[in-house]
Amino acid sequence: MADTLTTDHAAVLRQRRRAAAEARRLKTLNSIFELRAFIALGVLIIVFALLSDSFLTVDNLITMIKHVAINAVLALGMLLVILKGGIDLSVGSIVGLSGVIAGELLQGVHLSLFGVIAYPPVWAVVILCIAAGTVMGSINGLLITRLNVAPFIATLGMLYVARGAALLISGGTTYPKLGGDPSTHNTGFDWIGGGRPLGLPVAIWIMIILAVVVAVLLRSTPFGRWLYATGGNERATELTGVPVQRVKVIVYMISGACAAMSGLIIASELTSAAPQAGDSFELNAIAAVVIGGAALSGGRGNVRGTLVGALVIGFLADGLVIVGVSTFWQIFIKGTVIIIAVILDQTQQRFQRRGAAASAVAVATADEPETAGEPAATGTPAR
Amino acid sequence: MTAARDTATTPVLRAIDVTKVYGGTQALKGVSLDIVPGRVMVLFGENGAGKSTLMKILSAVESPTTGQVELDGRVVEFGSARDAADRGISIIHQELSLCSNLSIQDNLFLGRERTRGGVLVDRAAERSAAATVLRRLDGALNPDLMVGDLRLGQQQLVEIARALLQDARILIMDEPTSALSAPEVAVLFQVIRELTAEGVAIVYISHHLEEALDIADDVAVLRDGSMVATAAAADVDLAWVVRKMVGRDQDDLFPAREPKLGPVALEIVELSVADPTNPDRLAVDGVSLTVRAGETVGIYGLMGSGRTELLECLAGRLHADSGEIRLYGEPVVGTVRRRIQTGLTLVPEDRQRDGLVQTMSVGQNLSLAALTGFVRRLFVNRAKERAAVQTMITDVTVKTSGPDAPIGSLSGGNQQKVVIGKALMTGPRVLLLDEPSRGVDVAAKADVFELMARQAERGLAVLFTTSETEEALHIPDRLLVLVRGRLIADLRAGEITRDQLMSLADSADTTEEVSHG
Repeated sequence: MADTLTTDHAAVLRQRRRAAAEARRLKTLNSIFELRAFIALGVLIIVFALLSDSFLTVDNLITMIKHVAINAVLALGMLLVILKGGIDLSVGSIVGLSGVIAGELLQGVHLSLFGVIAYPPVWAVVILCIAAGTVMGSINGLLITRLNVAPFIATLGMLYVARGAALLISGGTTYPKLGGDPSTHNTGFDWIGGGRPLGLPVAIWIMIILAVVVAVLLRSTPFGRWLYATGGNERATELTGVPVQRVKVIVYMISGACAAMSGLIIASELTSAAPQAGDSFELNAIAAVVIGGAALSGGRGNVRGTLVGALVIGFLADGLVIVGVSTFWQIFIKGTVIIIAVILDQTQQRFQRRGAAASAVAVATADEPETAGEPAATGTPAR
Repeated sequence: MTAARDTATTPVLRAIDVTKVYGGTQALKGVSLDIVPGRVMVLFGENGAGKSTLMKILSAVESPTTGQVELDGRVVEFGSARDAADRGISIIHQELSLCSNLSIQDNLFLGRERTRGGVLVDRAAERSAAATVLRRLDGALNPDLMVGDLRLGQQQLVEIARALLQDARILIMDEPTSALSAPEVAVLFQVIRELTAEGVAIVYISHHLEEALDIADDVAVLRDGSMVATAAAADVDLAWVVRKMVGRDQDDLFPAREPKLGPVALEIVELSVADPTNPDRLAVDGVSLTVRAGETVGIYGLMGSGRTELLECLAGRLHADSGEIRLYGEPVVGTVRRRIQTGLTLVPEDRQRDGLVQTMSVGQNLSLAALTGFVRRLFVNRAKERAAVQTMITDVTVKTSGPDAPIGSLSGGNQQKVVIGKALMTGPRVLLLDEPSRGVDVAAKADVFELMARQAERGLAVLFTTSETEEALHIPDRLLVLVRGRLIADLRAGEITRDQLMSLADSADTTEEVSHG
């Protein structure tokens, strides 16, 4: 009996050591894979810098990041929706609608009742546009929570509705010259797209501030925790007493607001608003979130990854233009990058699961050196 | 078939020194088992003893961590359940594995469709085969019916029919009767007898001990992952089985205690709840009960007795059709969230599905329900949260490397303690627990009950359900027996013996069935 106990004990110790070593190895591999988006970004920058002298200049970097900002703002909203386990296909259309509303308001609103034309100030235009985006998002949210429409379908419908609304309001034409007029006291809209406080374009500031706000929201508020939990296991989270339905509506509202913000940036940069603006932007936003390591099934993802994902997509697109790769190849390469990103993500998940299993074995056997001998003790009389 | 008879004494399927480790739990510890053609091997064991794991290994759904499986004397490594099925092993799972959007016939032949020329499904051939097998089990089932429209018991029959259609040499049945009525069980047993006469080996698992002993030729008892006894059914009785299953001094597992009763905490009056899967039927039928502060009340009920629906209705997950719920005299209404805020918290039965968020850590799972309590000006106060989580980990004795460990690294028992800890962090006045010992090993089981007792001593009212007779008899201060949605007995601790309890539940079951026609 004593013999079995000692051999068992030695075996357990051996198993535990092996499991611990395996766990360490997998942990290292895992952390390398976790940085894959950063590594990809680094590789992109190095390759393009070698191919083109103009790529790695301050001016070009700022220009590229400014392009990235439009997608990043959308992607941050999309991140929240995807963390919940949903998807928002309507953001591209809300970008267009938001620009059109801004255009309509800046052209002056005919109040026929009073027989006057009202020119709302720029801050009011911004607020109204973001409010409109939020309302569109809340409709998505209510369709999904109250009427049980699948997120894909609800937001696909909203994609058409919002685009249709943009076309109806604008009559299909572009609003030119959104700079406003000093005589009507509504100048300054072009500042959003053209201003450079502290040397950085406003769009980049918006991206940075939004990223910080979303990061804090996710990390430090109950809402953030509830969102991760809902994406991880909605049933259990609801039974825990978390207001899951409210969380879901709010993420679509935030996503709609982000889309509207993005629409304002574009309209302001161009100082004109086209109803077709933002077409298929939702796909870029989803791609950024996915390249950033978020799981479409929900519960996993973060702001850092999403920003890097947006940078990868943006730098890739601009870099390919700079080195003169044809548009057709650009599209092809973008698709390839997305697919590779997801494959790497799956690989990392595998490492992580195996690592967790290995460390569980190490912990379990470490806990119970004395019970490891017990099955032999209780089992013997039966045999 | 005569060939099968000649070899009737040599085992057709053997598990040899099989070990299985899941995450941090050792589900099987060196188990060996011989399956002999033409005999029914009944496997006994409590929840979490390893029965289902062993069946999964025998049927190649899972492969053993160490040890091996022999078929016809040769070591086999099955690639998949399909592979095993091709060699004549089929399994009826405890959890039904049917597609509710397909007809009975489509389900019966799913994955092994009969075809004409390998291309087109031969519906006529399938139909006649389906009709034959269904007639054998239950004359009334039409193969064109959608599985989703069937009662649970009928679905179970379809599952059994599917296994029969595969002409298995070895048929493994994991809880095949849990949703069957008494006459349906009789038919099933008749079929089992016919199959064994043809030389088929049957492995049978059931919680209904008496029923299982009836059909058994051989018995084997698993406890805590080890095979503790095997015998011929003729040589043993129910008491022997129970002794082997529990295997330890019962006073150890169930220490006696003196409850200090306070005022009535929870009062339920004539509560009825419709069956969520079949709205024409009442899952809970006019139940009235009270639980006092400091009291532990157990509800003994089998699967389908309405115990889960009763607790889910109390927690706000299911809507009550009629009746009243009061918490310290105040009517209980509103959402799950509101009820938790007023002090009514449920520890759900299925902790994977309803209790835990697998993507989060131990600490995040623990604090999820009580998170708003740690908020200072919009933000979660991490230090405060962490301190509370640490205290709770110690309090409910979770074995973990720390609050940041992934929840999946914990054993079943420790995961269950996390779910209970999460409920306790909301500061409940009434604690509801649905089968708190499900899928938990014996040691953790004792911890869980100890934990419940401690909460009662602190003045909480504790209401829990169980389908284990030993737990029902020893844990609660007061025991209620729930059969088909009705409370049929209200007993003090020690007022009833094990046999009386089982026959009570059984008799109510049969009379009910007869009156239904």
